Amino acid sequence: MSAPETRTAPAPTAGGGMAAVEAGARAAAKSDRATSSAAKTATFRVWRGDAAGGGLVDFTLQVSDGMVVLDAIHQIQAEQANDLAVRWNCKAGKCGSCSAEINGMPRLMCMTRLGELDLSQPVTVEPMRAFPRIRDLVTDVSWNFAAKKSLKPFKPRAPDAPDGTWRMDQRDVDRVQEFRKCIECFLCQDVCHVLRDHHKHDEFVGPRLLVQAAMLEMHPLDTEDRVDDLRRAHGIGYCNITKCCTKVCPEGITITDNAIIPLKERVVDRHFDPLAKLVQLVRGRKR
Amino acid sequence: MQSLPVLAPPRRFGQTSRRDAWWVQPAITFLILGSFVGYATWAAFQDAHYTYGPYLSPFYSPELWGSSPHAWFGAKPGWIPGWLPFSPALLILPFPGLFRFTCYYYRGAYYKGFWADPPSCAVGEPRKSYWGERRFPLILQNVHRYFLYFALLFLLILASDVWKALWFTDAAGARHFGIGVGTLVLAANTVLLSGYTFGCHSLRHLVGGRIDQVSKHPVQHACYRTCSKFNRGHMRWAWASLFMVAFADLYVRMCSMGVWTDWRIL
Repeated sequence: MSAPETRTAPAPTAGGGMAAVEAGARAAAKSDRATSSAAKTATFRVWRGDAAGGGLVDFTLQVSDGMVVLDAIHQIQAEQANDLAVRWNCKAGKCGSCSAEINGMPRLMCMTRLGELDLSQPVTVEPMRAFPRIRDLVTDVSWNFAAKKSLKPFKPRAPDAPDGTWRMDQRDVDRVQEFRKCIECFLCQDVCHVLRDHHKHDEFVGPRLLVQAAMLEMHPLDTEDRVDDLRRAHGIGYCNITKCCTKVCPEGITITDNAIIPLKERVVDRHFDPLAKLVQLVRGRKR
Repeated sequence: MQSLPVLAPPRRFGQTSRRDAWWVQPAITFLILGSFVGYATWAAFQDAHYTYGPYLSPFYSPELWGSSPHAWFGAKPGWIPGWLPFSPALLILPFPGLFRFTCYYYRGAYYKGFWADPPSCAVGEPRKSYWGERRFPLILQNVHRYFLYFALLFLLILASDVWKALWFTDAAGARHFGIGVGTLVLAANTVLLSGYTFGCHSLRHLVGGRIDQVSKHPVQHACYRTCSKFNRGHMRWAWASLFMVAFADLYVRMCSMGVWTDWRIL
């Protein structure tokens, strides 16, 4: 990769006359806050380019305490690179849009405070590597939605009540509720080396969709059987339990321990454990 | 599934934009696990200094055949060929060893530390091909639960070893209740191994995780919740029990060799 191009924000212009007086008064009124949010300079090394290629470009700007990486990207967009492409929406860690790789680790830009980063060195901001790049920090994550269609949908048992409703015990839904926290940021897909480095998108659905499969498969009302699909079509055997997906999940979902490994165990029940298979034959498959 | 258009090419081995010392954790795993395997293999082949008074090294428990009073069935049987290296540990150590080898936690750790697959999260890998656990030999990792059954059995045996370690024989041949440092070491080893085993992912699945409507199975639900509590600290239990089992063997060995003195507390 070539040496990063460097751009610097224009120095703040000195305000004149009344504007300067008002600015001074505002600053004095907010002296406490001003003290704690003293501006400092930071360099952001942002990947710029498209599907054909690109490289890292340095942007130097004034930052202050409390800012997140997305704020810095927006500041770059406003002051230095108006055409910088970035996907974002809620700025509250709930829409899963602003996924990127910050200093090499998949993270949400809106949830990464600058205070957590070492600003004495350039902060690297790159698009996710597991998906095709569209432009700058924006990647095409549509594969995830296409792959999701390969999961068998929710198939509830017959309603429990004459009005067509069901009754569920809270204890039965406790386990799957964790999986519903997923915001589909696809950071787990990005960090998974099966997709990221080995590009097994045709054979492996990745951690996000295994969480979805776990949510459906463990649901107390569901009657569908996905175990054979998990082994063959969804390639659960590709997961070698690095737990990187759990590490990067912004919602703190214990993806590996609570979703993938229990699904692996269900595959073992069906395909690799003659004793469990015997028990299943006697008792019936779905419990 | 839908194929993807062009993706960023995979990074070279070790290539990453990460700034942190990502290599430290796999390096520590490599050093500790490598040292443990080296020490355990050496200790298993020694066939000596594995008992001291009422203490029996956990590497040699259960002692099926052997020269110590702890042996269940007496001395080495004649049907074992003389040319085969023999030690009581060689007969039983493969079971707890394979329980750890196929453990979900250790798998993730040693795939990183020993095989760089990947070296760490978001770090380039040395190989282009990847089979995962879909083909031989790693598909055999799926037998983990069978080694779990042995591990549960061994916990009972280790607990009985702790009980035996409470009874000391004096010079006149009489047995007296007592507690030595070695008793505490063996007890701590059993507790830590139990914590590790009770948090096993396979056990968690077998006792209740396989059931979708746990409210109809309160006993299994209670077992599942207990296993889940241990499971949350599975990594810590795994390392603590690994250290302790090696230390327990070392303690008995050092006492037997006369290097360390076993202090009696009671």
